[in-house]
Amino acid sequence: MVDRVSSAIRDIHTDVITQLVRELVLQASLEVREDHRAALCRALDSEESALGCAVLRGLLANADVATRERMAICQDTGYAVVFCELGQDAHLVGGSLQTAIDEGVRQAWRAGYLRPSIVASPLDRRNTGDNTPAFVHVDLVSGDQLHLTVLAKGCGCDNMSALTMLTPADGRAAVIDFVVETIRKAGPKASPPVTIGVGLGGTFDRAALIAKKALTRTSGQPHPDPEVATLEREILDRINDLGIGPAGFGGRVTALAVHIETSPTHIAALPVAVNIDCHTHRVAAGVL
Amino acid sequence: MIDTTTQGFDPFGAGSSIIRLHTPVLLEQIQLFHAGDIVALSGTLYVARDAAHARMAEALTAGKSLPFNPEGQVLYYMGPTPAPPGRPIGSCGPTTASRMDPYTPMLIERGLRVMLGKGYRSVAVKESMLRHGCVYLSAVEGMAALLAQQVVTSEVIAYADLGPEAVLRLEVIDFPAVVVNDLYGGDLYISGPAQWARTRGTP
Repeated sequence: MVDRVSSAIRDIHTDVITQLVRELVLQASLEVREDHRAALCRALDSEESALGCAVLRGLLANADVATRERMAICQDTGYAVVFCELGQDAHLVGGSLQTAIDEGVRQAWRAGYLRPSIVASPLDRRNTGDNTPAFVHVDLVSGDQLHLTVLAKGCGCDNMSALTMLTPADGRAAVIDFVVETIRKAGPKASPPVTIGVGLGGTFDRAALIAKKALTRTSGQPHPDPEVATLEREILDRINDLGIGPAGFGGRVTALAVHIETSPTHIAALPVAVNIDCHTHRVAAGVL
Repeated sequence: MIDTTTQGFDPFGAGSSIIRLHTPVLLEQIQLFHAGDIVALSGTLYVARDAAHARMAEALTAGKSLPFNPEGQVLYYMGPTPAPPGRPIGSCGPTTASRMDPYTPMLIERGLRVMLGKGYRSVAVKESMLRHGCVYLSAVEGMAALLAQQVVTSEVIAYADLGPEAVLRLEVIDFPAVVVNDLYGGDLYISGPAQWARTRGTP
């Protein structure tokens, strides 16, 4: 027997989605988010290397200039990753979600003088000219709202990201070693101090996705599960012991935060994905 | 011409000693550089990244000339954002230098004196630098909007069809950078982390 619960369906026009994506991309690209600025300030307080402090002061000064002059925080304005949490009682009208998001990205890239950095094919490398398409991920959730989180993801640090399929016998210690080793290998290439998203568990593809999504969490906010939060703290300490420091010039602060997201996984599996975001950490979120 | 006073120039807010360097660059000038020094570059920077390097290599293989003569020059690995109205250039921080490594020795052999980017160089590039007299500096990517304030003019001089990857000539004043690889084997990416690394349990 089917239990029918009636529920009102709410229309959301895709023009409004375009408008919000445009606003969020511009906000992320031109203004340093307050939690990230606070993380940079804390880093400056704890950094001991003179060059490291100089770099951190430079990053904070750059944030001020970018916002004041309406200029991109970084010349690699990145690719637009858009996480959608779509309430199953919402009904999108006006067009396709991907088209609406791409139009928002297109408009923001033009309005903000952002750099088109997407090529249509990995082989022929022809630039699409407007930074589309966006990389869109949709989760169906309860309710009738649409939550959008935009990550303008730089690629130098993405290139240094990694995924491994550990086995259960490898265990917790191997997870820590893999994350630390990934950051050590990235060194200055990932533009430290970095923010680190770790996807732990799930499947090959799920681990990478939740690692990316973990980057969007408020900087330094611990995972609600104390066991995971302890692991985050332990990995962060190990990474900051590497001495890579701001810009890789040597120093105490190599990472600002480690955010882990976990997922149920197979009895045979322990996937670990590490997604790195550079010191230009650009996230903005909104709700329709 | 080199002077090591700060003269009010304080790009990192560090108040540290700064070496001023004007282009074109002579070997004697970069002989004074040591890994970790802060440098303020003034004069001309040539800009090329991935696709432009591939095309320069093709040009040399075909016996054609390069878009600029590298002798005594500074090469910056960068692809800027579009220039907003009334500005010479958009945000303009460095990109990862190692992607240019396969093409770099051919430019160093032709007299390139200074490279500006971010991230490690290959062993082959570092050997070529020591052999021919070239140094590698890092700018800070996350200072891209701040760096744009130091650019006076920007001009596309070749490969305009490559868009953000075209070859540019910039005129800059006090463009801040840090010496990574000097002429004496010094490498800040090795010595810096080695100085600050610690083992758990030790203070």
